[in-house]
Amino acid sequence: MSLLEIEDLSVEFTSRRGVLRALDKVSLTLEPGEFLGMVGESGAGKSMTGNAILGLIDHPGKISGGDIRLHGESIIKNPERIRGSHISMIFQDPLSSLNPLKTIGAQLIETIELHTPRRGAAAKERAGELMSQIGVDADRLSAYPHQFSGGMRQRVVIALAMASEPEIIIADEPTTALDVSVQAQVLDLLRDVCRAHGTAVILITHDMGVIGHWTDRVGVLYAGRLIEIGSTNDIIRSPRHPYTQGLIASTPTMDASVNTTLYQIPGNMPPLTAIPAGCAFNPRCSIAEDRCREVVPQLINDVACHLRSEA
Amino acid sequence: MIARWLDSDFMYSLLRTPTALISMIVCILLAACALFAPWLAPTNPFDMAAINLMNGFTPPGAANEFTGDEFFLGTDDQGRDLYSAILYGLRVSLFVGLASVALAMFLGVTLGLLAGYLGGWVDAVIMRIADIQMTFPSILVAMLIYGVARGILPPNARADMAITVLILSIGLSEWVSFARTVRGTTIVEKQKEYVTASRLIGLSHLNIMARHILPNVINPILVIGTITLALAIIAEATLSFLGVGAPPTEPSLGTLIRVGQDFLFSGQWWIIFFPAATLLFLALSFNLLGDWLRDFYNPRLS
Amino acid sequence: MLSMIIRRIGQSTLVLLIVALVAFSMFRFVGDPVSVMLGQEATETDRENLRERLGLNNSLFVQYGRFVGRAIEGDFGVSYRTGEAVSAMIADRAPATIELAFVSGILATVLGISLGVITAINRKSFFSQVIMTVSLIGVSLPTFLIGVLLIWLFAVELGWLPSFGRSGVTDLGGWWHTSLLTVDGIKSLILPAITLGLYQMTLIMRLVRAEMLEVLGQDYIRFARARGLPLRKIYFDHALKNTLVPVITIIGLQFGSIIAFSIITESVFQWPGLGLMFINAIYHVDIPVMSAYLVMVSIVFVAINLIVDILYLFIDPRIRDAANAGAGE
Repeated sequence: MSLLEIEDLSVEFTSRRGVLRALDKVSLTLEPGEFLGMVGESGAGKSMTGNAILGLIDHPGKISGGDIRLHGESIIKNPERIRGSHISMIFQDPLSSLNPLKTIGAQLIETIELHTPRRGAAAKERAGELMSQIGVDADRLSAYPHQFSGGMRQRVVIALAMASEPEIIIADEPTTALDVSVQAQVLDLLRDVCRAHGTAVILITHDMGVIGHWTDRVGVLYAGRLIEIGSTNDIIRSPRHPYTQGLIASTPTMDASVNTTLYQIPGNMPPLTAIPAGCAFNPRCSIAEDRCREVVPQLINDVACHLRSEA
Repeated sequence: MIARWLDSDFMYSLLRTPTALISMIVCILLAACALFAPWLAPTNPFDMAAINLMNGFTPPGAANEFTGDEFFLGTDDQGRDLYSAILYGLRVSLFVGLASVALAMFLGVTLGLLAGYLGGWVDAVIMRIADIQMTFPSILVAMLIYGVARGILPPNARADMAITVLILSIGLSEWVSFARTVRGTTIVEKQKEYVTASRLIGLSHLNIMARHILPNVINPILVIGTITLALAIIAEATLSFLGVGAPPTEPSLGTLIRVGQDFLFSGQWWIIFFPAATLLFLALSFNLLGDWLRDFYNPRLS
Repeated sequence: MLSMIIRRIGQSTLVLLIVALVAFSMFRFVGDPVSVMLGQEATETDRENLRERLGLNNSLFVQYGRFVGRAIEGDFGVSYRTGEAVSAMIADRAPATIELAFVSGILATVLGISLGVITAINRKSFFSQVIMTVSLIGVSLPTFLIGVLLIWLFAVELGWLPSFGRSGVTDLGGWWHTSLLTVDGIKSLILPAITLGLYQMTLIMRLVRAEMLEVLGQDYIRFARARGLPLRKIYFDHALKNTLVPVITIIGLQFGSIIAFSIITESVFQWPGLGLMFINAIYHVDIPVMSAYLVMVSIVFVAINLIVDILYLFIDPRIRDAANAGAGE
């Protein structure tokens, strides 16, 4: 039994233009201590998956089908139970993730006191420990968020997420808002801290480079559907779904010659209001057949493609 | 083109928000009443010759005990038909409201454009004045201007000029919000390349301000305009009620309410009730409409 | 930070001086004080004497200076209408207005904040919808109409409360007189206080609600939820404080409109305060009273703006640091 199981998860939004399916029957699993990446373009549904796991999808969206199970028990009905204590989440912008009017120490201590038996001085001590783990001086506990730099703030956010000692951390684009030079540091820290505690990570990003370096397995999302999943090595070296192939091909590499034009998948990912019938990728796919335009491909052998699902 | 406008987001949202739709309909209805008052009103309530003092205090619907005349909404203490008085009062209220907003808009947009475009000391002076005026509630400013204007005018001109002074006071008290917004947008637009390009091909400052920057500011101006209109109508009613607005010779709804308050206790409730009810609908509709418009152009979480 | 405070005080003083200039100009140039005081039949000598006495022959600058000097001492001359010293009039009528403003202010703030928080937290409940609709009406209706409505309902129809005037007044040694110590007094205060406070309350309520909703949509609230913090803690520990900070500024600035609306409320209820005095002065073009009121009111506004600005410095650590950083350069 996996640590986390997501089965046929669907999320819908009711809007002026009708019902939009932000997630369409997404299924995947997460093992203890595993680093799972979720990659896709903006609007593909990566963040939506993370939000759904923690029950943070607000009106007018809602989970319309499927199940999410932690240690075999469904958590869809009361997600409050698992928030922080079992599953934590960190967001893209570290400045807006922190309450500007509270010191870092105060925010750490309240989380520690909530989820662990430590109180008062013991909690403060623990807060200091967490700060050293992320490489920040403990005497900065009395500082306010705006007094830190961007990279340090995200480290503080990681410390906050770890403070409740969760089994899973969902990192939603944790480095997109940071300078490239700082990105690697923060991701390294996340990896080290989580490996040390045996915490699994769901790393949500649109950056294939990040996926390549910091994940064990990766799932590819397109227009709200999971279209391929597998070990990071396999996905990057031998992608099977045409979209994944396009993604990999369009990632710039160091060894390409200067004169080659960077590959681009023609067209755009369809908006949720205009998802094509059949396979969502078919208008942009070079090998699409009639079947692809009529029948939605299921995830078979970890690929959702009529033509590539055979082992 | 009408079809496209009807299908627009604006109409979609309007038709689906019952409060906004009803308010819009009421506003149009009341505006029509005001516009066509001379034709809709059975009598001219301010024609001294037509008023019969004996008709005073007639309750609505019932026939007067002395003359046998019937009045739809009753009469006031002077025998004036309340229905007609309200129609004409609406006229004054809306006229003053629109005129003062027009004044405020003209003044505010001009000063805002100048301040934003010219910058420097022009900007500093205009904004300083705006800041100082903004510390005071606009109704207070309007009262002061009214008082000063009356002080300057010779006593016999006071009654005639009352409406003009009223428009002036309300208009001058409301220019700041227009100016601030226009200034802000002007400053932003001024940085854009098309302005630099226009300067390079030799367009005059005036030309640029009028033909390029102004159209970009229309949207927020309209929203502020509607809100200011609601404020102006309320301000006018308040000033008239307090006795420093429309005079009894050319009363607005506020003036009528002031007159009616005296008779609240003696049982002639209708003298205050109908004008008050009309004002209530007028103020409410304009406010709700303005509120909805503001939300529409500036979606918030509510 | 001290330098910033001093700078703000300097700015405020400048504003006050400019307002005093306006008040002085009104005083000096609107109408002819000499004619008003002496009437039409005065002789030229009498006029000249009065002019001398009033200092009207000195340079404008000197006159302005004297005006400001006297204003600081509290001397605003004499009412054109009643002949009373304006300062005495102000002193006599101030307690009534201050009490009214105070009571309605507290009412508005307490109710406003509570209702604002409640309607933000339970957005969809029936109670919230009702409150929001009523508040919309409260904001849309002119204050005087609300007053008249209340009079009609509670004084005429139900007869529970008096319809005008301030009764049950007790003198409190020397200057102050209050109506809060007698049942009659309190009864006469209720309707005016509600009228005055209603607009403020609905404004504060809608403001608190909007602010709180915005705060609740912020990432740090999401993060707090993601960390499993209980709703109650999120609402009252994280959200409320962040909501109140900008709200406090606006509440402070709203005080200005209390002054304006007190003019209206006092007129509707014939409440013998400064507002009624002012509106009568406007009606009769009683310039000394008008300009005195202007100066007095601007002192109040400017002082409040200043206090709110300084308060903000202490509450929001970001502004504090920006101020210190600016001062350090």
